[in-house]
Amino acid sequence: MFTILGHPSQQLFGQLLLGLINGSFYALLSLGLAVIFGMLNIINFTHGAQYMMGAFVAYILLNYLGINYWLALIIAPIVIGAIGVVIERLFLARIRQLDHLYGLILTFGLALIIEGLFRNYYGSSGQPYAVPDSLQGGHNLGFMFLPNYRAWVIAFSLVVCFATWFAIERTRLGSYLRAATENPTLVRAFGINVPRMVTLTYGFGVGLAALAGVMAAPIYNVSPQMGSDLIIVVFAVVVIGGMGSIMGAILTGFALGIVEGLTKVFFPEASNTVIFAIMIVVLLLRPAGLFGRSV
Amino acid sequence: MAAIDATALPTARDTGRSTAIAAIVMVVFLVLAPFVLYPVFLMKALCFALFACAFNLLIGYVGLVSFGHALYFGWASYLAAYAAKSWGMPIEVSIIIGTATAAALGVIAGSLAIRRQGIYFAMITLALAQMMYLVALRSKLTGGEDGIQAVPRGRLFGTFDLSHEMTMYAFVLVVVLAAFFLVYRIINSPFGEVLRAIRENEQRTISLGYRTERYKLIAFVLSATLAGLAGAIKAFVFQLASLTDVHWTMSGEVVLMTLVGGLGTIFGPIVGAFIVVALENYLAPFGQWVLVIQGCIFVACILLFRRGVVGELAHRLHVRL
Repeated sequence: MFTILGHPSQQLFGQLLLGLINGSFYALLSLGLAVIFGMLNIINFTHGAQYMMGAFVAYILLNYLGINYWLALIIAPIVIGAIGVVIERLFLARIRQLDHLYGLILTFGLALIIEGLFRNYYGSSGQPYAVPDSLQGGHNLGFMFLPNYRAWVIAFSLVVCFATWFAIERTRLGSYLRAATENPTLVRAFGINVPRMVTLTYGFGVGLAALAGVMAAPIYNVSPQMGSDLIIVVFAVVVIGGMGSIMGAILTGFALGIVEGLTKVFFPEASNTVIFAIMIVVLLLRPAGLFGRSV
Repeated sequence: MAAIDATALPTARDTGRSTAIAAIVMVVFLVLAPFVLYPVFLMKALCFALFACAFNLLIGYVGLVSFGHALYFGWASYLAAYAAKSWGMPIEVSIIIGTATAAALGVIAGSLAIRRQGIYFAMITLALAQMMYLVALRSKLTGGEDGIQAVPRGRLFGTFDLSHEMTMYAFVLVVVLAAFFLVYRIINSPFGEVLRAIRENEQRTISLGYRTERYKLIAFVLSATLAGLAGAIKAFVFQLASLTDVHWTMSGEVVLMTLVGGLGTIFGPIVGAFIVVALENYLAPFGQWVLVIQGCIFVACILLFRRGVVGELAHRLHVRL
């Protein structure tokens, strides 16, 4: 055990780890927001609620059906993604030609409905969700104790983030997607079904949020308001990074998580406002965001 | 950016007779109402009506969506309550202190938020409001979870005893009506014309030689100030300043009121505020369902009823309200 700047390494690295975990959720959520914004030109306010629903699907699967974490990791994104597809078809597709403020308000309304429904059935208090057996325990690395589950969350989020980046930036399907973001009419003229692509993109972005929710379930309690507090921070993350670049969203997410973790060690009282403070600084120095194109 | 369905909006400078008639009906209703309805309910509705009018100034006339208006409403409420309770200031000075606080916050938040457009603007205002919510949660001044309770109303100008509900109502009504008139004058001034031009086409307005950034900032500060005035009065109506007033749900509520009444209409936010406040009164026993019902109204308004109550009425009657 040693100390760094007067703080025991255990505490420093512990918070750094927690910061990285928060960062993985910021990255997954802002990634989803950026993908959805690119195709649908709306800010998905329901994103936080969909993250919360992902966690609840895992909770429900385990407690009512006895289905474990690993299956939930697959089932929850599919279920919530499917619900997302329905939402897109039923609601968002109808307001596509309108100004994006309507999309924001509509998804805000949907978020209220979802959060309200879950609060009715589960109350405001959190429900615990156990860490899966195979990831119990941890390793002592000498300078810190590394719980297995937390290591898994960070590693898996990194894999998912980079797989998404690869799919969008390096595959044929991704190139259609990028082209449709730039000019949907032209891409349609090439015989690609753009409306279906838009729907599936929304389902995919929402699925990412649900995936983050499942991963968050064993770390934080599963509660109906877990999404609404997080989504506002993610908005600040998105403002800082700018939504122009997929890699930008990933890097900003992780970096801000780390900064937040470090703030918890050195200035604990500022830890929950530091991301907003960084947003202010970025707006002053680089109004378009770190990776953003000027909008 | 044409933010709002153009047919729902008053486009001409002169809104003429229909506005005058509607204004008279409104004033008569508000003067007679406390003899029939509960004055505290009416005062609450009036505060929210002013709040919604302030919000509408931005969304309806400049096309800027602020998702963080609770910041000005709530912090004005805190400062007014604090001035009255801890410094022993009279109510009129406390309200001015609260309103000035909101104006100062509006200058800071506004000059940051107008650096980005469209969807980012909404996210920035929301994030700044959340930051100040977290500050309110920990600050000594705000009393954290307890808020500032038992705010003394005292005597207006040292003479009128405001502990009497009817006297308080008269005071609130006069201030709010004056503020409504101010909003009306702003909208129908050359300044208001420029704001509308920015909403319709910012690039073209710039090319005509207007410094649109400056106009947007002034509109933002005016909106924040009036929202603050509403919050400061509210602190005295309920004799309470609390965290609910700075929470993001409050920012959502003001969007709801404006939307229900009609974006970009003069009377829409007022009608919308009365509808939403009445609705909450009746729905209070249903507890958590309020959130679900509010959400459903949002969705229904956006999909089916974008003009809002007043906008729809004005459209049917071919007048501007």
